[in-house]
Amino acid sequence: MPLYLFLTRGQFMAKRKRRKYELIISKTREWPVVLLTKHRDEFMEDVVEESFEKIIQMCPGKAALREELETTMYRERLRIKTMPWKADPPDDTDFWNYVKASLVSSATNKDDHAERKLLKEIITRYVNEIFSTFKPSRHRLARRIVIGGFRRLLNATKIKTLTGAITGKHTLRDKIEITGEIEQLRSLATKGIIVMVPTHFSNIDSVLIAWVIFELGLPPFIYGAGLNLFNIGLFAYFMNSLGAYKVDRRKKNLPYMEALKSYSALAIQRGCHSLFFPGGTRSRSGKIEKSLKLGLLGTAVEAQRKSFQEAEENGNDAIKIYVVPVTLNYNFVLEAPLLIRQYLERKGQERYYFEVDEYSTSYKIFTFLVKFFTKETKISVSIGRALNLVGNYVDKEGNSLDQYGNIIDIREYFMSDGKITENLQREQEYTRMLSNVIVKEFHRINKVMPSHLVAFVGFRIWRKQYPKLDLYNFFRLPVDELYIPYNDFKSAFEIIKEQIFRLHEEGKVDITDLLQQPTDVIIETGLNNVGMYHVARPIIMNNQGNIITQDLHTLYFYHNRMDGYDLEQFI
Amino acid sequence: MTSNNSYNDKKRPVGVIGAGSFGTAVSMLLSKNRNVILYARNPEVVEKIKTERQLNGFPLSSNIEPTNDLEYLARECNILFPVVPSSGFRLMMHNLSPFLHPYHIVIHGTKGLEVSLGEGESLNNPDTSISRENIKTMSEVIIEESITLRVGCLAGPNLAREILQEHPAATVVASHFEEVISIGQNLLRSNKFQVYGNNDLTGIELAGILKNIIAIASGALSGLGYGVNARSLLISRGMVEMIYLGKELGGSAQAFIGLAGIGDLIATCTSPLSRNFTVGFRLAKGETLQEIQNTMEETAEGINTVHIVKKLFENSPIRAPITEAVYKVLFENLKVAKALELLMRSPFNIDINFL
Repeated sequence: MPLYLFLTRGQFMAKRKRRKYELIISKTREWPVVLLTKHRDEFMEDVVEESFEKIIQMCPGKAALREELETTMYRERLRIKTMPWKADPPDDTDFWNYVKASLVSSATNKDDHAERKLLKEIITRYVNEIFSTFKPSRHRLARRIVIGGFRRLLNATKIKTLTGAITGKHTLRDKIEITGEIEQLRSLATKGIIVMVPTHFSNIDSVLIAWVIFELGLPPFIYGAGLNLFNIGLFAYFMNSLGAYKVDRRKKNLPYMEALKSYSALAIQRGCHSLFFPGGTRSRSGKIEKSLKLGLLGTAVEAQRKSFQEAEENGNDAIKIYVVPVTLNYNFVLEAPLLIRQYLERKGQERYYFEVDEYSTSYKIFTFLVKFFTKETKISVSIGRALNLVGNYVDKEGNSLDQYGNIIDIREYFMSDGKITENLQREQEYTRMLSNVIVKEFHRINKVMPSHLVAFVGFRIWRKQYPKLDLYNFFRLPVDELYIPYNDFKSAFEIIKEQIFRLHEEGKVDITDLLQQPTDVIIETGLNNVGMYHVARPIIMNNQGNIITQDLHTLYFYHNRMDGYDLEQFI
Repeated sequence: MTSNNSYNDKKRPVGVIGAGSFGTAVSMLLSKNRNVILYARNPEVVEKIKTERQLNGFPLSSNIEPTNDLEYLARECNILFPVVPSSGFRLMMHNLSPFLHPYHIVIHGTKGLEVSLGEGESLNNPDTSISRENIKTMSEVIIEESITLRVGCLAGPNLAREILQEHPAATVVASHFEEVISIGQNLLRSNKFQVYGNNDLTGIELAGILKNIIAIASGALSGLGYGVNARSLLISRGMVEMIYLGKELGGSAQAFIGLAGIGDLIATCTSPLSRNFTVGFRLAKGETLQEIQNTMEETAEGINTVHIVKKLFENSPIRAPITEAVYKVLFENLKVAKALELLMRSPFNIDINFL
């Protein structure tokens, strides 16, 4: 892998010319995320100020404020005790001891100066934790590692010669296919702020989406990445350099949540394209997200209203924000066996759990990447049509459209009594509506792959044979007794395939070209690809030509990808 | 533009769409607080209102202006109350849509469902199966057909005649938006009319819609000459059925036990003023559905609702015995007495099991 590092700058630039999409802002120093870092202090101050004001509003009076601070302190101390992480700051214990002492000493004060000061200190600490410094030089390096390194890897294995590796005939582009509204996305990124909302199945998503953003010639997006990922050395390096800010899911206290929301909202208002996974975490079930986290999405709605308000006051043009849904379509999800077990545990009675990542070392991820690049499989990324903040489509110029294609003025959604007004309940409702539209778009742009279909058909056939068993008992069936004769499988597969084509015609789902092949070929491709890296394969063909499974849990996971299309009625 | 969307501007008129009896009642309620522009589809009706200053036998306030021009209506008013039958609702919205802006607030008063099916499919076709996706409440139609998002509905025991006679009454304004609820309350409230708010828009719409099924059944019981025991049995079992169906269609049980649910149910199940009650009553007296429809002046939404709901649940595990019985009477020529016999034999065992 380090071979390419010896490339001269000239060689690197020469390679850069081959890119399909030109950078929309060629000067690095003009990238919004670079500007944000440059004015770091001022920006952080604003974030602290805004979250501080919000919390004071929510907790009026000394008693309410103290209660909030005490809860926060209690939870933080508990977290330090039960879930310490490598990425935690070394003075964590000291700081919270200090908070405790301050709270005790200020208990009898008449005023709330001490509490206010403490709150500000806590928020400042959180904002510092969340913020990560974007370094263009490091960004370039990370990018080169991702692109150059993977290309070398790919070619070395494909061509098996060193010369082949260096000439680099095969690129990441062959492995990752980007389709959909690419031109619109590039155009809108120069006209307004993009909020990209992808589906989330795997830890690999963050790196993959960063590559996609680079490949499309867009400046880096800021995004919230789980702090647990920063525990992994390899990821931490990329994250820090790709505009990631840190989200610590262990911290559910009010000051932290508000700091996070203000951070996201203010970065958007300062012109940073941003990205968040609206499902919150990876989809444990393998289903496309059905209900989204409204918190961060709401900050985008709020940012849009604020921008209209400011524009109205100052008489300038408002910044427009565009939401772009994206689906990442895989044949495999590295963490599938773990995710689905967590999902079933939670759906059962296990209410509390601690995040344990099986795939948490750089080595494991590296070996996975080697497998990924050396086996014949593809990832497909679908870029959806851009939406405004209430869920209307927008055109290439950034105008909001009604259902008949007429241009509408989105400002008017935020108006009452003749002017733009702040109405949080209304904005909550818009956020909810927007999230419903995003979920619908996810299902619409989701690309059905042969692997998704074989998993769906196989699981449904077996599930239907045991209608009396609940899901948990069903999973206890001995897998070596389960098989489906190939012809039975094929005829069920054809029924589902037909339904997928119908849905595709109705514009309710997207399909890969692979589905245009003869059924036998599709099934073969599907069986070869679905969960191909798992030790126990979810579904394969045995020597007798029957369809069998080695792991019903992961089969269920991959089957869930086709959930939400009402296909269950056909098998 | 700016002056165009002030909701509290007292001089700005409020729009009502539909000059049926409930449209008239809503106009009269609104006219106590604001000037009203009343849209009637038929130009002759507009002329008649202008010359006679009365509608459906009731004198109209002087601050109600009739019009036949949707564009004028949408330009002058930023709050609109459509009150037209569900069968014509989508077309009306489609025609209104080009004139609507995102600042418009639309609060409808139509207690019916709409069904949209593919080509060659119909409710009468045994091969057609319908799902929740195929049926729409009126607020869903408004959002599908226009850019308006701030949508609400009116529901409750609101027999138009009693409102016009200024008897004390109340209604529910339901919307996901608090803004819409409070605007609706401010506009409709008077010393004879109380207005409650609810944020379960779908639930409140469904309560108003589903109770019409029970109203037909109640009318039929009366037509057979039965008394209060029978009616109470019907109302309380009807309530259970409504809640089951309503929850399945996306409403909450709570919506059904308020004014728009139990309140409206009692009103329509006991009043000969109710159109749906009348349909049941006349069926029991031996008239056919065709004969009844030919002589009714206004739509009884319940007939269509029974048809849709029966179709929707025919292949589902949810049991709707009252709806099925009413369906058989309306569309399969079953005698009312026979249907009642079937109902009485059906195994209702558990009193309440949904709360």
